[in-house]
Amino acid sequence: MDMQLSAKIILFAPLVGSILCGFGWRLIGEKAATWLATLILFLGAVLSWYIFLTFQGDTQHITVLRFIESGTLSTEWGIRLDRMSAIMLVVVNSVSALVHLYSQGYMAHDDNWAHGESYRPRFFAYLSFFTFAMLSLITSDNLVQMFFGWEGVGVASYLLIGFYYRKPSANAAAMKAFVVNRVGDFGFALGIFALYYLTDSIRFDEVFAAAPKLAETNLHFLWADWNAANLIGVLLFIGACGKSAQLFLHTWLPDAMEGPTPVSALIHAATMVTAGVFLVCRMSPLYEYAPDAKTLIVVLGATTAFFAATVGLVQNDIKRVIAYSTCSQLGYMFVAAGVGMYPVAMFHLFTHAFFKAMLFLGAGSVIHAMHHEQDMRNYGGLRKKIPLTFWAMMIGTLAITGVGIPLTHIGFAGFLSKDAVIESAWVGSGYAFTLLVIAAFMTSFYSWRLMFMTFFGKPKGDTHAYDHAHESPAVMLIPLGVLALGAVFSGMVWYNSFFGDEAKMRSWFNMEPAHEEMAEAAEAPATEAPATEAVATEAAPAVAATEAAPAATEAPAATDAAVATETAHVEPGVAPSGAIYLGADNHVLHHAHEAPEWVKVSPFIAMVLGFLLAFQFYIRRPDLPGKLAAQQRPLYLFLLNKWYFDELYNVIFVKPALWLGNFLWKKGDGAVIDGALNGVAMGIIPFFTKLAGRWQSGYVFTYAFAMVLGIAALLTWMTLTVGH
Amino acid sequence: MIALDFHNVLPEIVLALYAMAALLACVYAGKDALTGVVTWATAGVFIALAAYIGFAGEGSVAAFGGMFIDDAFARFAKVVILLSAAGVLLMSQDYLARNQMGRFEYPILIALAVVGMMFMVSAGDLMTLYLGLELQSLALYVVAAMKRDDVKSTEAGLKYFVLGSLSSGLLLYGASLVYGYAGTTDFAGIMSTLAEPHIGLVIGLVFLIAGMAFKVSAAPFHMWTPDVYEGAPTPVTAFFATAPKAAAMAMIARVVFDAFGSIPAQWGQVLAALAVASMFLGAIAAIGQRDIKRLMAYSSIAHMGYALVGLAAGTAEGVQAMLIYMAIYVTMNLGTFAFIMSLERDGKSISDIDSLNMFSKREPLKALAVLILMFSLAGVPPMLGFFGKFYVLKAAVDAGMTWLALAGAVASVIGAFYYLRIVFFMYFGRETAGATSRMAPVQWLMLVAVAAVMLLGVVNLFGIEAVAATAAAALVG
Repeated sequence: MDMQLSAKIILFAPLVGSILCGFGWRLIGEKAATWLATLILFLGAVLSWYIFLTFQGDTQHITVLRFIESGTLSTEWGIRLDRMSAIMLVVVNSVSALVHLYSQGYMAHDDNWAHGESYRPRFFAYLSFFTFAMLSLITSDNLVQMFFGWEGVGVASYLLIGFYYRKPSANAAAMKAFVVNRVGDFGFALGIFALYYLTDSIRFDEVFAAAPKLAETNLHFLWADWNAANLIGVLLFIGACGKSAQLFLHTWLPDAMEGPTPVSALIHAATMVTAGVFLVCRMSPLYEYAPDAKTLIVVLGATTAFFAATVGLVQNDIKRVIAYSTCSQLGYMFVAAGVGMYPVAMFHLFTHAFFKAMLFLGAGSVIHAMHHEQDMRNYGGLRKKIPLTFWAMMIGTLAITGVGIPLTHIGFAGFLSKDAVIESAWVGSGYAFTLLVIAAFMTSFYSWRLMFMTFFGKPKGDTHAYDHAHESPAVMLIPLGVLALGAVFSGMVWYNSFFGDEAKMRSWFNMEPAHEEMAEAAEAPATEAPATEAVATEAAPAVAATEAAPAATEAPAATDAAVATETAHVEPGVAPSGAIYLGADNHVLHHAHEAPEWVKVSPFIAMVLGFLLAFQFYIRRPDLPGKLAAQQRPLYLFLLNKWYFDELYNVIFVKPALWLGNFLWKKGDGAVIDGALNGVAMGIIPFFTKLAGRWQSGYVFTYAFAMVLGIAALLTWMTLTVGH
Repeated sequence: MIALDFHNVLPEIVLALYAMAALLACVYAGKDALTGVVTWATAGVFIALAAYIGFAGEGSVAAFGGMFIDDAFARFAKVVILLSAAGVLLMSQDYLARNQMGRFEYPILIALAVVGMMFMVSAGDLMTLYLGLELQSLALYVVAAMKRDDVKSTEAGLKYFVLGSLSSGLLLYGASLVYGYAGTTDFAGIMSTLAEPHIGLVIGLVFLIAGMAFKVSAAPFHMWTPDVYEGAPTPVTAFFATAPKAAAMAMIARVVFDAFGSIPAQWGQVLAALAVASMFLGAIAAIGQRDIKRLMAYSSIAHMGYALVGLAAGTAEGVQAMLIYMAIYVTMNLGTFAFIMSLERDGKSISDIDSLNMFSKREPLKALAVLILMFSLAGVPPMLGFFGKFYVLKAAVDAGMTWLALAGAVASVIGAFYYLRIVFFMYFGRETAGATSRMAPVQWLMLVAVAAVMLLGVVNLFGIEAVAATAAAALVG
């Protein structure tokens, strides 16, 4: 089957599904509508896997339609099909399809809606719409379309967090997510503006081609001159921070758990929140020239990973624990991207999507079984009641904590990807390495704490709920099973492609060969050029030229490389060919492979320690946690209250904004503007109207008098102004 | 020579001869029984002449030694006059017949008034101008009082006559002053003496403008308008509000540009003063009105203010804007009066605003059309009325008279109130004994077509821009 056609179908199928389901359900019925949306997503997922498994790696540009043409701004609605988008297609569509299926069971009955109220088609329409927006984000070939998708997923997220719109807390959470994301989006938008301002283009290829020049350009912004590449890198990262809930813009993610659990799994764990990581990886040709921005990413990512893990230690709401876990894992991904190991960031994103979606769906299954009880303190002993859910959660926990055989490549998905992140961090930054290992310890602790509190021990809380706990229906268990496959095997299968084997990784992402091998590659550029050209069949001639150009310029670049490696950059004006670009002096991968054994073993040790501590606290001595909390009360409260971020923001931002808004509304708009207008409209104008009415006496002599007065006034005025 | 010149006044001669022939025919034949036929025939003659002038006329000729000017500007004005007069005649027929006013003199008097107007806009000499003006005015005095047994109608006719005489006096006084200081009544001749304008000439100009301002009912020479609009039979009011306004406005343009074109600063400020006074008075005084016809009187005062803004700019662009404005204004008024004529309660024609309460419930389509017209009159985009205002205000800004444009914008905000109030009554008003709307097909067509024009014109204003630009270039260039 034609790959380009498949890509188009994948992109637009969810939109069609969303419209059919959201508007058409009155015609075809609720059940048919929701199943239609689900089946369309499965079609998309199958096609995505087809593309992922057969894709050769060379970037393809598929133009769908013209989008915005204004002056030199030329935007196409296009699909950029490369390894990055192929990976994301699989992640998004697989999880989305499974979540659709899962929701058939989870949303079947809902106490938030009265009998006969129709909420299911709306839910599925939102889910499908989200999928469409996410797909247009990841397949985008330019920044504007990406921004469209970026905002689209924001809207979908808003709608789904506030799905239970009768709950004030859900509405507040939805608004919070939207507003906090605005802050990030503002940075993203500024980054796009700056890129357009400097490069006169928003197409990825042209922007990437200009990246080396940007590194030598200064841009005046706010109060100072900045290096353009670093400035843009930071601005884009602010956008990424908002979407991916990194420190300072993370506050919305835990609150977003107000949405239905399938939403948390799809949007707030597996896909949307990874958009920030995707953005940084997608912009790797730019970030390779923005060292300061990368340092910022590493520091912030590592700190977030640490911070979120500490908060996760003490939370009692099952979904919030997983939410903080997500926040923390996203920090891992950013660290990998920040040290220059974009493939590793994508690797962790890829595996994380499976096991985190699974944990969420498992948590949803628990919640479903326990009649929408979410407090873990009221769980306990559920292992026997819902065995299948238990085993699914167990696999998820083994994956996220990183269980595997040390110093081999055998283990659960998280074992391989997280260790790859930590090894990369060791090369890049001691600070990040230390925090990530500590975070790995805490991850293990809170994950096992969740398991022990939920499935082991004696039933706590409402015995009625416990007695009636029941296993979820098949539509909910099947997705768990499928995701379990991913959580177990996705790491081992693709380890070499993402991280393990440099040559394989480079060819997989269609990157230029490493510098050591460049000399060999230079011998055969002639064969490479036609191959690249042949790919760009459907693309515009200009694109074809850009495609062919790197191959052509590779030859001189390669000969240069033999002489002086440092100057072997791609000539300005030519975009790197691969999905990911690693700078000439980026040797992180090489060093990571040569990391000492204690580095490679450290995350495993941290994981074991975390497990043992959790075992001690929640199985052997269940009284210990309470005692410790009482003993270290300030620290406990500090963690329980999420480092008081919400309270701080409330004082610094929310209260002043509220005051200003109130002031402008009551005093500015109400008193000044309305007051002035009403004064004129209801006081002064009617006065003159009455006056005019009185002059209109009906007597001819009055009228004649007015005429005479008028002419006298005009004459006087003219005589005075003409001045003769 | 003279024979060639007659070629240029052919439409006027044809129309005058037609009017006389029709008069004779009616007197000797069926009298009022022929009213219907004569009305349609007159309208037909109007339309035919408009087509002839519009398609056959070309070039710029000063005939009869400069007394009569036939140029693109005059032709534009004549086409507007003829078509609007035809429109009024066609939609009045049913109303007059229903109200036992179907007199054969009506279409004939209208025809004579139109002959006068055609001379007004083609005048190249103060003599021609005055003759045309008086021919028009005398005919209008009579039609205003056409409903002889009605106190209001006769009062309207009398008031109009007395005040009209006063304005004619002002005009003639101004003309004689101008003649005294310029030594000629010929426009081109007057222009040639302006290198060193004497104050007496300027005073004459002010009197001339005052006399003409009366005809366009610009404040403060507007006082007759509400009373005459209200008192006269509605078809007569409709006629007053359309063709004569366009004619008088074109006449003012003719005088100030052809005779006084080299001193735009002098008449520009007079016209600007009149414009501001008219816009604000029209907007403010209309708020207190309870009768739609009186309301439309103030509305037309305000609209004349906007048209004068275009003229006051003193540029070709301003004249073009004025011509566009007048064409749109006349069209809007045709539609609005077609609607007003149709209003009745218990078989009697009425015109109080309260009767429109909840009109949309009874006549959704008509209410929608009226809504569009009201929005257009108020100048709400994307209706054509907005573009009319836009062009005149832009012309003022481009001519460095931003303050005038600002005043126009403020006045239009105030004016929007009473147009929107009609819409409010129609859609959200109280439940009262409302009016019904009985329409002849012509009226219905006029209302709906005009509403459609107001909406569809947004595309390219039906190409009127280019035509108006040619006309303005003929006058100013």
